[in-house]
Amino acid sequence: MAELKIIGLLLLLLGGAVGGAAVMTWFERRVLGIWQDRLGPNRVGPFGIVLVAADMLKLLGKHDWVPPFADRPVFIFAPTAIVVAMLLGFAVVPYAPNVMVIDMNIGLLFFLGMTSIAVYSVLLGGLASHNKYSLLGGLRSAAQMVSYEVFMGLSLMGVVMLTGSFSLIDIVLAQEDLWFAVTQPLGLFVFVIAGLAESHRLPFDLPEAEHELTAGFHTEYGGMKFAMFMLGEYLGLILISCMITTLFLGGWQGPWLPPLVWFPIKTLAVILFFILLRAAIPRPRYDQLMSLGWKVMLPITLINLVVTGGVALWLSEGGF
Amino acid sequence: MRDLFVSLWSQLETIWRVLGHTFSKAETIQYPEQKPYLAPRYRGRIVLTKDPDGEERCVACNLCAVACPVGCIALQQGVREDGRWYPEFFRINFSRCILCGMCEEACPTYAIQLTPDFEMCEYERTSLVYEKEHLMIDGPGKYHDYNFYRVAGLEVAGKKKGEAENEAAPVDVRSLMP
Amino acid sequence: MPQITIDGKSFDVQAGGNLLEVVLGLGLDLPYFCWHPAMGSVGSCRQCAMVQFQNAEDERGRIVMACMTPVTDGMHLSLSGERARDFRADVIEALMVNHPHDCPVCAEGGECHLQDMTVMSGHRERRYDGLKNTHVNQYLGPLINHEMNRCIACYRCVRYYQDYAGGTDLAVLGAHDHVYFGRHQDGVLESEFAGNLVEVCPTGVFTDKSLVHDYTRKWDLQSSPSVCVGCGVGCNTAPGERYGRLKRIHNRYHEEVNGYFLCDRGRFGGNFVNSDIRLTRSGQQQADNTFVALSREAALAKLAQSCGAGQRIAGIGSPRASLESNWMLQAFVGATQFCAGFGPEGAAVRAIASALKGGGVPSATLQEIEAADAVIILGEDVTQTAARVALALRQTVRNKGLEKAAAMGVAIWQDAAVRNITQNDCSPLIQLMTASTRLGDIAQETIALSPDDIARYGFALAHALGTGSGVTDMSAADQTRVEAIAAILRDAKRPLVISGSGCQSESVVNAARALALALQQQSELTRVVYAVPESNSLGLALLDDHPVSLRELSEQAQRGELDTLVVVENDLYRRAPTDVVETLLNAVPNIVVMDLIETNTIERASLALPVASFAECEGTLVNAEGRAQRYFPAIAGKPDQPPAWSWLADAAAASGRQALAGLNHIDALLQAIAADKPVFAGAAEAAPGAGYRDRIGLKVARQPARYSGRTAMYADKTLHEPKTTADEQSGLAFSMEGDNQSLPSALQPFVWEPGWNSNQSLHKFQTEVGGAMRGGNAGVRLIHPHDGTLADATALPAAFSPRDAVWWVTPQYRLFGSDELSAQSASVAELIARPQVSLSPADAARLNLTPHDGVAVSVGDRTVKCRVNQDAGVPEGTVGFIQGLPGNPVWASGEQATLERLPDFARPPEVLARDSEVAHG
Repeated sequence: MAELKIIGLLLLLLGGAVGGAAVMTWFERRVLGIWQDRLGPNRVGPFGIVLVAADMLKLLGKHDWVPPFADRPVFIFAPTAIVVAMLLGFAVVPYAPNVMVIDMNIGLLFFLGMTSIAVYSVLLGGLASHNKYSLLGGLRSAAQMVSYEVFMGLSLMGVVMLTGSFSLIDIVLAQEDLWFAVTQPLGLFVFVIAGLAESHRLPFDLPEAEHELTAGFHTEYGGMKFAMFMLGEYLGLILISCMITTLFLGGWQGPWLPPLVWFPIKTLAVILFFILLRAAIPRPRYDQLMSLGWKVMLPITLINLVVTGGVALWLSEGGF
Repeated sequence: MRDLFVSLWSQLETIWRVLGHTFSKAETIQYPEQKPYLAPRYRGRIVLTKDPDGEERCVACNLCAVACPVGCIALQQGVREDGRWYPEFFRINFSRCILCGMCEEACPTYAIQLTPDFEMCEYERTSLVYEKEHLMIDGPGKYHDYNFYRVAGLEVAGKKKGEAENEAAPVDVRSLMP
Repeated sequence: MPQITIDGKSFDVQAGGNLLEVVLGLGLDLPYFCWHPAMGSVGSCRQCAMVQFQNAEDERGRIVMACMTPVTDGMHLSLSGERARDFRADVIEALMVNHPHDCPVCAEGGECHLQDMTVMSGHRERRYDGLKNTHVNQYLGPLINHEMNRCIACYRCVRYYQDYAGGTDLAVLGAHDHVYFGRHQDGVLESEFAGNLVEVCPTGVFTDKSLVHDYTRKWDLQSSPSVCVGCGVGCNTAPGERYGRLKRIHNRYHEEVNGYFLCDRGRFGGNFVNSDIRLTRSGQQQADNTFVALSREAALAKLAQSCGAGQRIAGIGSPRASLESNWMLQAFVGATQFCAGFGPEGAAVRAIASALKGGGVPSATLQEIEAADAVIILGEDVTQTAARVALALRQTVRNKGLEKAAAMGVAIWQDAAVRNITQNDCSPLIQLMTASTRLGDIAQETIALSPDDIARYGFALAHALGTGSGVTDMSAADQTRVEAIAAILRDAKRPLVISGSGCQSESVVNAARALALALQQQSELTRVVYAVPESNSLGLALLDDHPVSLRELSEQAQRGELDTLVVVENDLYRRAPTDVVETLLNAVPNIVVMDLIETNTIERASLALPVASFAECEGTLVNAEGRAQRYFPAIAGKPDQPPAWSWLADAAAASGRQALAGLNHIDALLQAIAADKPVFAGAAEAAPGAGYRDRIGLKVARQPARYSGRTAMYADKTLHEPKTTADEQSGLAFSMEGDNQSLPSALQPFVWEPGWNSNQSLHKFQTEVGGAMRGGNAGVRLIHPHDGTLADATALPAAFSPRDAVWWVTPQYRLFGSDELSAQSASVAELIARPQVSLSPADAARLNLTPHDGVAVSVGDRTVKCRVNQDAGVPEGTVGFIQGLPGNPVWASGEQATLERLPDFARPPEVLARDSEVAHG
């Protein structure tokens, strides 16, 4: 019975994550439409929701084409990697006290590891395409991910220090009184930005940068392989939102409503914030992105780390 | 350092303003149920016009063809009995046309004029290739009075040398008068 | 080497030039109108103003006209300074005051020097709102359109027409702002070089009339580097195509062949490509003399069958077919079965080939012709047979004046001054002719002689100069004249001997060879020019070292030893008397004729195959100086009309001749030709092969970067924009993608530079203004003479003496009419000379001819009725008969003619008499 329950949960989670990512494509366009004083997709089905299915059908119906000049195995492997990595990341997310796939004592590190694997997907996709736009996109993504991963990890160390554990359940439980968003504002700030960069969402979508690189690393992709990249991107968006909820916004915890309601609400709010960023903020130049990372974000993170460490040490010493 | 905060603040302000648009009305016009207003000078498809005397204005100078960024205009010049240049054929491939209006801009005789008609849909792409007879309208379009041959020096039937605007009578080569 | 400073920058420049040349040569842009690199400066337009300063400190300076200012060391100049710029803007504004508002309907638009210079000078808004001067246009013939309103009075046209080309009927008329450039009344321009006005005129006063009536702008023309097929000079041309039609032919500069100018046959004669009598489909003749069209495959099968194993075949080549086609035919039928297909001029052409190879005297380039200081012409009317040479000779005779000017310290580019100094002083030009010529006005002496006497004079001159055995039985008067001419030639440092196949006489050529050899003993700079009638006459003579005559072929056929006769691009009826041709054709069961137009020979073909013209395929022609030059197609070739060599290569493949089967690519073919005939080794290098790519790996673009209408040109036929035709035979592409700036000149299809849309952009492609092309001189000279000898058979002809009631036919030629192909060009056809015979006035008096009478000329049983031209340049006892006119019989030099007076012969209207006709522009 227990196995069945876990399998059921897994299927539910997989379906939920993938389905959520799919709906997100429509949802994002509608919401962007609202903020940009237009309607967004509204023709197919009520509010245009059936567009998701239509898009899927279209992508499924596309010719599964590999350019003759591409590195075939890598070209096919690249888009699957991102989806797999992102879906694995969902394994450690605690949706409610008992609803999660696995409670690892290194859950946070596992999440960081999975997001790092996603880099390979973009990088390999760019390299395998044998196209200069793709190559540039891949190179950009590699440099961007390597840079931002550094302080993405470091920004979370404050949270870990305060909790004293890498287990995400412990982290949620540690926020029973006060969200880490309050005690770790700099950590939150840095993690949001690093999270954007990791999932290469606007305004940090330089690997794609359609104005200058056509479509960056996935220029040569079409059909389901392209859909996999899109799916991976939206899964990443949801995953990062889940993690922000978990790490900084108290996870499932909240008054009156059950945990399984609180968690989605908070996650959705974070997602909406990400979409708002997309609607509002232009893409920086590549050099600006890098200097922002190394010259602003890294110092902030280190300061945050030192201060948090000091305070934590001071508190553990017994305070005044 | 100060710049950093100023720009951060600017970003936050932007985000706030965009958020404010949650409550503003969408500008979208739900074409084709709702029709937008198209000004008379809207840049839709081209027509070929005639001058006030009812002669075709196009003189087949080829300037529209060379101005066309997608190369969708082709024509061949001919000379009529009365001395006028005219296009033996004038072909525009509207399946390529991007309605940019460069041809109208380049046209020295006001022959090409853009119209608000942009709704060109065909089941056959070949039906989007318009020849002169499809393009020619029976009037002067937006410019009622202009007649190229009344301005240009070329002699045509009904307008001898020296009869165009701002032209003196032809010089008598044999005259010795100053 | 003078150093000059322009706008603060120092340049080392060549001494001796004028400032305008130097500035342009430095790659700077300075607007100008009246100056022309071939015609020098007169300073009439005031457009090329610069400011010259006293020294580096001087800030005021003074305005000078660059074209009238010699370059001196240490000059300080301003080109782009405000004063110079404002002055030029004011000048152009004044020049444009009366310019009509008609660029859209002007055939010059888009390649107009006036447009370019107006933009360059910065005049963009008209401030003058008074009345514009207008002029009535003239009818100048079917070739050239006149639109006088566009004139800016730069005087280039009259300077070219009168001073450079020696024309008399175009002049500047009227005074001050009544000034008018035209004829005294409407009428056809008489000069054979009038067509160059189209390129010389900086604006649209003179335009190409056939282009005006089927117009395409320069930016829409698909051009290719080509070679004129009008005569043996081999002028370089740039034909332009649009919608599959040849639209116009422009000059393509070649320093050593044609310079800046073409003759009217070359410029307007190419339109035969579009003519209705082009052969377009293969056909098989039926019993009822009609033709049934065949597909290419079916025609090829027929061809392979009639030339297959066991068939006894012979071939007739053609002096107007390319080297490739002639060689392929020769290889296909075997050298012993190959008849070159020359007309009566054949022996003379072979003598010329031999003279060029063994005569020891190099043939002259264009510059060498123009540099000669004494010219003797032996029986060749170059104006009609090698017109570009005649234009060059008009410059040659100026050398005396140039020397005088140089002695007085006047630079040669000071055109007006030099001509004032020269007056009518000409370098000696002596003509020994069978009729008067158009060069009579510059010739010091023209002696009327029969062809045999011309040869005798030549040998006597050679003897007087120390070579050969001389002529013993000459009259005393003749001896004196020979001595006088010899004295002139003895003084020459750069003597030039001109002869050719015009007299259809071997002896005349051999006499010229002897004379040139004699002159070379005293001057290394002696040069020869031998005119040949057709574009590849010389190439054919060099190729065919085993002469087989039509008569020999005919005898073979009559013995029943011939199954198939392959005729390539040759109308035999123009080569030999009708009975000779008929005998041959009647005796051969199977006649395959490949040609580009429908000829009388085609009518007799069992299998007629269409071939590509010069505008539709590539090929090599060997011109009269022995230069192999390649032409390339401007019109993408049609599969049904391949070049003749391609038909033969495919037939070879189909009939199992392995040696020739692989030669369906011109590069491979040229290699095979070089291997077979070492004399043609250079022909393969005449132009880069199909592998040519520019610095970024592209082929040469035939279309300018602004080529328009690509997605609409053929949209009426298909919307799936067809891929551009691949050109597998050459390094050029039927495309606008590719380099056009730094090319080998053999591949340069057109000239264009940003800001220089007209042909005046040429100087951007030359090493120095008026010098060689940067891409080198196109073509390769095949013949490099070494120690010269006299001709093997230097038999001296007997002196000619008039006989009673029998006249000796001497050949005459006409620029329009004597050439087979150009006569099919619609505009040229209007100017074809009417049949006529030329008689000396004494003979006319003997026959009691009045100017209204005609004559019936009979040779054998053929009689031609025509009008009479009394010409004092015709020796008594001879009658000049124009060769090659449509309908005229082939009467070779030396035929015996009888004349009969036709009273009140209704003269057909003369071409130049149509002065009253007025045509609209």
